[in-house]
Amino acid sequence: MQEFLYMGGYYAFVWPSYGLALLVLLINLVIPRWRERRTLRRLARENRRTRRSA
Amino acid sequence: MFLWFHKLGSPKNFYRLSQVLTPWLGAVTAALLVVGTYWGLVVAPPDYQQGDSYRIIFVHVPAAWMSMFVYMVMAAAAAIVLIWRMKVAEAVMRASAPLGASFTFLALVTGSLWGKPMWGTYWVWDARLTSELILLFLYLGFIALQNAVEDRRTAARAGAILALVGVVNIPIIHYSVEWWSTLHQGPTVTKFDAPSITLDMLLPLLVMAVAFTLYYATVVLMRARCEILEAESSSSWVRELAAKREH
Repeated sequence: MQEFLYMGGYYAFVWPSYGLALLVLLINLVIPRWRERRTLRRLARENRRTRRSA
Repeated sequence: MFLWFHKLGSPKNFYRLSQVLTPWLGAVTAALLVVGTYWGLVVAPPDYQQGDSYRIIFVHVPAAWMSMFVYMVMAAAAAIVLIWRMKVAEAVMRASAPLGASFTFLALVTGSLWGKPMWGTYWVWDARLTSELILLFLYLGFIALQNAVEDRRTAARAGAILALVGVVNIPIIHYSVEWWSTLHQGPTVTKFDAPSITLDMLLPLLVMAVAFTLYYATVVLMRARCEILEAESSSSWVRELAAKREH
């Protein structure tokens, strides 16, 4: 395990690469989910407002 | 065929289809990413010259391929936007830009992290690296343009022109390692004769490449959904959808 983490001495280059890749992929996955929900919530709010004023 | 194309072209149908597809695509992507990462980090043998540092290839090369592939998808969508003014193409084009920028950023940073131990420097202004950096600026320029123009459809048309002009950079990136002398190594996988990489390393690389492609497919559909909701927010089907979510 220790040897695996050491990556033949290149741990300082290999792990940041994989870590950053994971981070970038996760961020891009979370943003659209969050944005879609937010938009639907906003539209629902607007729906209610138009119904009330009607 | 034409009917199918026509149906898919309606934002409503595209939205529905995307909702059905993304969970499945996402599941396959996740599985392939786990397999590819394990294969690349644990199973694949160390390189006889580069030791374990070469393992960066399994994120660097797929990210670099995707940085160009996404651009080509974006440019194809841009052509459709200009010729047929298709709304779904606008959504796909706009949804692609941040993903393309992410892959380009990832390719640049992982390349830099690989360059330090192998070349002795994080960065050189050579043809491959510089043209890839220009690609990042093209993506960022496109995004900035989308945010700067108030009207969505005008923004999409202006962005489409920018995206198409930028296509000239793609062959420059691809052939840069052959046209100019550069620190970056030449192509090892896409050569006409047998690729100069052992199967033990090529297979995990291909798994990661497929995983990255499916990741893009998944997330671009999710993002395109957001674009469609915002563009069609006054249409009745979106209103109904929002009302249904309330309860």
